[in-house]
Amino acid sequence: MSIAIRNISKQFGAFKALDDVSIDVPSGELVALLGPSGCGKTTLLRIIAGLDFADSGQIVLDGDDASARHVRERHVGFVFQHYALFRHMSIADNVAFGLRVKPRRERLAEADIKRRVKRLLELVQLDWLADRYPSQLSGGQRQRIALARALAVDPKVLLLDEPFGALDAKVRKELRRWLRQLHDEIHVTSVFVTHDQEEALEVSDRVVVINKGKVEQIGTPESVYDHPATPFVANFLGSVNLFHGRVEDGHLHVGNDALALGASEGSDGKAVAFVRPHEFDLVPGWDEQGALAARIVRVVSVGPSAQIELAHGDGKLIEVSLGRDAFRLLGLSEGDRVSLRPRHIRVFPTDALAA
Amino acid sequence: MSATIALHAGSLEHAETASTREPAWVRVVLISIALTFFAVFLLLPLGTVFAEGLRKGWAAYVAALVNDDAWDAIKLTLITAAIAVPLNLVFGVAAAWSIAKFEFPGKRLLITFIDLPFSVSPVISGLIYVLLFGAQGWFGPWLQEHDIRIIFAVPGIVLATIFVTFPFVARELIPLMEAQGSEEEEAAVVLGASGWQVFWYTTLPNIKWGLLYGVILCNARAMGEFGAVSVVSGHIRGQTNTMPLYVEILYNEYNYAAAFAVASLLALLAIVTLALKTLVERQTRRQLQEIIEPSGE
Repeated sequence: MSIAIRNISKQFGAFKALDDVSIDVPSGELVALLGPSGCGKTTLLRIIAGLDFADSGQIVLDGDDASARHVRERHVGFVFQHYALFRHMSIADNVAFGLRVKPRRERLAEADIKRRVKRLLELVQLDWLADRYPSQLSGGQRQRIALARALAVDPKVLLLDEPFGALDAKVRKELRRWLRQLHDEIHVTSVFVTHDQEEALEVSDRVVVINKGKVEQIGTPESVYDHPATPFVANFLGSVNLFHGRVEDGHLHVGNDALALGASEGSDGKAVAFVRPHEFDLVPGWDEQGALAARIVRVVSVGPSAQIELAHGDGKLIEVSLGRDAFRLLGLSEGDRVSLRPRHIRVFPTDALAA
Repeated sequence: MSATIALHAGSLEHAETASTREPAWVRVVLISIALTFFAVFLLLPLGTVFAEGLRKGWAAYVAALVNDDAWDAIKLTLITAAIAVPLNLVFGVAAAWSIAKFEFPGKRLLITFIDLPFSVSPVISGLIYVLLFGAQGWFGPWLQEHDIRIIFAVPGIVLATIFVTFPFVARELIPLMEAQGSEEEEAAVVLGASGWQVFWYTTLPNIKWGLLYGVILCNARAMGEFGAVSVVSGHIRGQTNTMPLYVEILYNEYNYAAAFAVASLLALLAIVTLALKTLVERQTRRQLQEIIEPSGE
């Protein structure tokens, strides 16, 4: 089932939580709503579910306007950030809840409910926990039970609020992969909210970047990462170095250095530029043209890559990430002079930063 | 009174550390003061009630309890509690529900007013009803016209009791429900549960111990209330005498043994209430603990 979010706005007092948001989620896709906390993404998710109502705009489910429909009639599955399992019910009863509260004429026979619960628990690989209580489960297990419970009623749409937010790093990674596999298996249209860009990029088919109640960019993980549409997206997705400078004659002037830009990049005037730490080439010495002259301040060489901190011009710090072996071959150490040549620069006029 | 139901969210067991441990003599002195105070002001009077009640022997004790006047007083007390407690249970749950789960204008004001019966003197609580329903009161003439008696009759006693015991259930539930939030209720609604199903399957099981605790305290107060009931009762033997009022009458008639015998029944009720309260309190605390720090992480 497809979801169309049309011109949704929502205000809490003087605070604009959502400002004219429109998103299309095609049937069967897994979409991430990504943004910093307080950007309105959870509010949007709750409005899709019918737990909150928008001040204006429409939620269209499968072609029908569902804006006025009650939560109960929307047939969505919702996985809450803190799981919201019924703590006084066993795991099996939790999963069965949605099936048991149906009106009598729609309700399955108890034996069928039991069978279905068993199948769902097998789907989330936790059938051995059926008789336990939520308080006896780990965070990751609770998360999967919450998912099984939401799936029990055959939702047309699955909505997940920060599904991995409360888990530790290792479990989070496992569950992420697992959720992706599960989605590939059952293909239910899914929307999940996250503030973790890595999570959004790894799990989803498409990412919707939201900031201050507005959609900044919608696209595949690759396209939002490689071609950010706004300074905010460039800044928010992955670590990045930010430079203030001027664009003139196809060059970006930063301090005393000039960097060559691609023909399509930037129009003349004040500009901000973003370069990711792994998008620099390092050349020893300051003789290189079209590069930034910097001095190495600190090197942290742990794991597969070396993190190098450099000072440019009047002391602005630049972060560079380089393969550990490649860095060793350069024979550089702290205090050395280095030229930094960016392989890829994204330039935005300065006034875009304020927007 | 309100202190007894202030919620015990913090753990009662404070870990003692070397840095906060007092010298032995300080501890001995403090504990002795506390125990002496406890013995003189609590245990001694309680013992006296039973000792005085039984002074003329077991037969006199039983005779004081088994007679028409005493029996009528006991019956009226039970009837009053049987009406007041269920009503306040419903009011209390409704009030706590609306306060904990919804935002609405005047919410703070409502929370303040729920405590009103705790903060005014019970005598005033009784007087309010006399002023409303008494012969000279606002509704007095109308009631007389229709031959309805509220003041100096059972309805007045029930009304005054409801007023005085109103806060117990609500006060107990509000912090509990606020701590629980409404995520479980929302989960139930999304899964298709109707309003009634949400309440029955998710809200009620989560508050049942707190609710029981409130009901126990409410019941104890309903049976023991003196001041407010005294004002509206009129002290008509066999008709508008509750147990506490009956004790006073017996005492004023210099019938000490009988007064203490009836009083001992109320004291027994208090002891049973305390025992139940301790039991339920333990459960409530466990429930709250589970919300604050879910185990199994």
